[in-house]
Amino acid sequence: MATDANAEGGLVFHPMDQFIVKPLFGGDAVHWYTPTNATLWMVLAIVGITAMLVLGTSRRAIIPSRSQSIGELAYGFIYKMVEDVTGKDGVKYFPYIMTLFMFIVFSNFLGLLPMAFTPTSHIAVTAVMAFAVFIAVTVLGFVKNGASFLGLFWVSSAPLALRPILALIEIISYFVRPVSHSIRLAGNMMAGHAVIKVFAGFAAITAIAPLSVVAITAMYGLEVLVSFIQAYVFTILTCVYLKDALHPHH
Amino acid sequence: MEGDIVQMGAYIGAGLACMGMGGAAVGVGNVAGNYLAGALRNPSAAAGQTATLFIGIAFAEALGIFSFLVALLLMFAV
Repeated sequence: MATDANAEGGLVFHPMDQFIVKPLFGGDAVHWYTPTNATLWMVLAIVGITAMLVLGTSRRAIIPSRSQSIGELAYGFIYKMVEDVTGKDGVKYFPYIMTLFMFIVFSNFLGLLPMAFTPTSHIAVTAVMAFAVFIAVTVLGFVKNGASFLGLFWVSSAPLALRPILALIEIISYFVRPVSHSIRLAGNMMAGHAVIKVFAGFAAITAIAPLSVVAITAMYGLEVLVSFIQAYVFTILTCVYLKDALHPHH
Repeated sequence: MEGDIVQMGAYIGAGLACMGMGGAAVGVGNVAGNYLAGALRNPSAAAGQTATLFIGIAFAEALGIFSFLVALLLMFAV
């Protein structure tokens, strides 16, 4: 495919090349301990979060500095979301949800830098987060409610004849949750970056190069929005699943 | 004529899978449009429903993303 495009339009790269996981220090073999570009950008995201939240709030001024107000805004935003969606008793799981949100939002935004790698564009990364949420929420539901957690699947407000069918649908939708939860984030990030690269490929053709540059700019603006919204959606769905575990009755 | 018929089928299938994006577009537009219609009727209740709006958009969009994933699998994995 890449060679075909090369012959026709001068396209020297493939839109999906940016997602290849490469070792940082030579060689091609990727073991579990190999430092790759994926690990590099995950570490950068964590360094960024630490710098913003720890250094930004270390002075604790009455009139906050710029980084302090960003940190406080992020904290207040997630805290209010957890409280609104899961209720008062969900607040003790706030640190985990805040960690998820900050990691995703930093990975997404750092991935928008030119030549950067987006860890959240890989299903391997998002699936770990989604399955961690799924398993944690299921265990929590059984620990908190015992067998009455299964009431989540038995819709007591529906007519009795419909309940077995509804229970089947509820069970299927429950087990599809981690799949859709992870693929939504990874798919959105991957699709956005691939579209930008496709338009970047058109820039090699002189006649449509100006149009392509405008399109890249517009897509980039959309991607900034999508990066934030997807982090928000991942976090709020985590809150919704947590609410189901804490209050399983409809 | 190069390539084989399996590759041709995979490419046609990838193209067909992209029609799912149209469905996702209709779904997301429906959610956002109905939200706006409701918000204009009762603006004071709108702010409390933005979370529901985003959850609805996310659910509608997920199915479009699934079709995109099918297209990607056909292009690169099959």
